[in-house]
Amino acid sequence: MRILGIETSCDETGIAIYDEEQGIMSHRLYSQIAVHADYGGVVPELASRDHVRKTIPLIKEVLAEANLTPEDLDGVAYTAGPGLVGALLVGCSIGRSLAYGWNLPAVPVHHMEGHLLAPMLEDDVPEFPFVALLVSGGHTMLVRVDGIGKYELLGESVDDAAGEAFDKTAKLLGLDYPGGPVLSKMAENGTPKRFRFPRPMTDRPGLDFSFSGLKTFAANTIAKEDSSDQTKADIAYAFQEAVVDTLAIKCRRALEQCELKRLVIAGGVSANRSLREKLDKVTQKLGGQVYYPRPEFCTDNGAMIAYAGMQRLKSGVSADLTFKATPRWPLDTLDAC
Amino acid sequence: MKLLAIDASTEACSVAIYNDGNVYSDFELCPQSHSLVLLPMVDRLLKESNSQLSDFDALVYGRGPGSFTGVRIGIGVAQGLAFAADIPTIGISTMQTMAQEAFEVHGQKYVNVAIDARMSEVYCSSWHLTDKGLMELATQEQVMPPEKFSSLIENSGYGVGTGWQAYPQYLAEKCQNNEEVAVLYPNAKYMIPSAIQSFKNGETQPADQAQPVYVRDTVSWKKLPGRE
Repeated sequence: MRILGIETSCDETGIAIYDEEQGIMSHRLYSQIAVHADYGGVVPELASRDHVRKTIPLIKEVLAEANLTPEDLDGVAYTAGPGLVGALLVGCSIGRSLAYGWNLPAVPVHHMEGHLLAPMLEDDVPEFPFVALLVSGGHTMLVRVDGIGKYELLGESVDDAAGEAFDKTAKLLGLDYPGGPVLSKMAENGTPKRFRFPRPMTDRPGLDFSFSGLKTFAANTIAKEDSSDQTKADIAYAFQEAVVDTLAIKCRRALEQCELKRLVIAGGVSANRSLREKLDKVTQKLGGQVYYPRPEFCTDNGAMIAYAGMQRLKSGVSADLTFKATPRWPLDTLDAC
Repeated sequence: MKLLAIDASTEACSVAIYNDGNVYSDFELCPQSHSLVLLPMVDRLLKESNSQLSDFDALVYGRGPGSFTGVRIGIGVAQGLAFAADIPTIGISTMQTMAQEAFEVHGQKYVNVAIDARMSEVYCSSWHLTDKGLMELATQEQVMPPEKFSSLIENSGYGVGTGWQAYPQYLAEKCQNNEEVAVLYPNAKYMIPSAIQSFKNGETQPADQAQPVYVRDTVSWKKLPGRE
């Protein structure tokens, strides 16, 4: 079976075709970063306007690249939430109508389930059960995963998402939106131990996160220090180290609490090299392993939506003729497959 | 000629099928719920008219202006249906659609359209009837305060659209129907006459070029200092 996946929940248009036997046959991503950079953040209306221009052209491209015609497809999956409602509605309306026109089942997909299952697209696939850290510009959460749709929320951020804290601190350091990845690059030249940032909420039990205090700490540090490139790099280093440490401490706790050894990380921040190295060490110490998708499937993409859609399609999901965008949609309310 | 027309640009949702002179249509007020109404409505009319998507020569869509989200739902559906059925598209102005209804139903030849655009503004334009029986744009489609639009209207015409309902004081001044606004929303049925003409003129576009005309292109988003 083959399925088309459509992702338009935020500022990237992602389209892919997944085949049950061959895996991802083709995928395309159009990032709107340049559109939003001048505004210092994602402008929802502009994001929606771009999706309605890019979705069909990218669908044409993935079909052509995979050398397929619509007759070769068995379903159409699209992100139905969570995300920006206007942006989601573009993918939902196009996806639902294509499925209707092609007389195929339509499969609404939960964006975070897509992220969570993205490591399944790699050769080394984690077995259930495992603990997943979903960490991006919009989310930071720890989830126990016992199977497709069997998700138990262990903890989440009470304020900013980790990726959001990265971008906001980058902005304070004078970097363009989205500055998170550039901040990480800067941190490579940072001096260890010159600054020490707090590890929020690690001194008490529980698996929740809080990152807005780190951003304030960064602002105060930046105000006190000189603005040389070296100082900026040192601040970037200390900030990243604090975020990575905090995430690692909570991941270890979650694994211990669940008595599991397999950890999955997904979402934009899971592409962070420093985080990957740290979590490699943490899981090795526990005699376990960390799994993550290739960098291009860490950020929003159509491949993960196609994969998650295939799992849902096989379990018999087929939407009626209505479509609905659900901007807030708790992951643990999904049906088990 | 067979045409399938859909619109979701305003608080209304409508679908019409033109089949060599026969018209099937449906219209429903459904603010904020077009995504629940539009495709089932298309499906019903296809069954009622015993037709399939691939039978159509073109897919006609309301291109705006109107609610940004509503316009995009209509266009998303238009793109999806047209691409799936491999048929071209024709975009029709929501304001033209309303002006056309003023002619077809109320016999009017001069029409002033004002759609409530929130933020104390209206999407507006004036239209006049051509000898082909089609409404033609007499002024540009713009967005502006209702008092300004009212002051720009030279000849009193027939007022249509929610803008006149929201700002009735200007309707009394400039429109013949100085009390009642009979045509409030676009109805896909009245997109058909203009779409037939466009199709005959070869003015069709592939599915991915079915795009909104927002008219309002800057609202609440502001660029960073120095990037304006």
